[in-house]
Amino acid sequence: MAEEKRKRMAIIASKGTLDMAYPPLILASTAAAMDVETAIFFTLYGVDIINKKKYASLKVAPVANPAMPSPVPFPNILGILPGMTPMATTMMKGMIKKINWPTIPELVQTCIEADVKMIACTPTLEMTGVKKEDLVEGVVVAGAAEFLNFALDADITLFI
Amino acid sequence: MEADKVLDCKGLNCPMPIVKTKKAIEEMESGQVLRVEATDKGSKSDIAAFAERTGHELLESREEGGVFIFYLRKK
Repeated sequence: MAEEKRKRMAIIASKGTLDMAYPPLILASTAAAMDVETAIFFTLYGVDIINKKKYASLKVAPVANPAMPSPVPFPNILGILPGMTPMATTMMKGMIKKINWPTIPELVQTCIEADVKMIACTPTLEMTGVKKEDLVEGVVVAGAAEFLNFALDADITLFI
Repeated sequence: MEADKVLDCKGLNCPMPIVKTKKAIEEMESGQVLRVEATDKGSKSDIAAFAERTGHELLESREEGGVFIFYLRKK
């Protein structure tokens, strides 16, 4: 009896801010729980999400983000002031904690345990000098062809 | 309804109730029933979607004083 082909999802994670690190990891961990074969291709700033030296301290910037919630009315231009990014990051971490969300390192671990294929983009590593040893254990290093080979048979493909 | 195992997901938000449900069900035998308790408002549709995709049967889904209760039978 032929086994039914598993559904497949391929995600490109290209951003390294705290807010943009969550969507790929949440979708991937959920998909894996739903028996979907899942891969995330981390490229450019997205590699920070799986960089052990950085992933616990991703930041969110208020500059050019008018959607950023603020306790007081806040002209967006003030986001350029020193200290604004750490402040926004602290605020967002507080909101994340309040809803009992896992941290980025915890979610990365959840994905790896659920057999999500985590791929780090080779040119990004070359460009930034990040070594394979800097990446979370279980991450593989590969190029575009490897991702495309997986994504060509995917039911869902997302660029985040 | 009798459950073979109870999973407390109260206070957790998406995606954790689904991730934990999957882990819990993995450790069970086929035919056994898992009771999941959650407060995430999305869990009602999320658990139903999870059941539909994975083939585990959602036997019951109800709300009791702000807590969503689900019974899933492992396929």
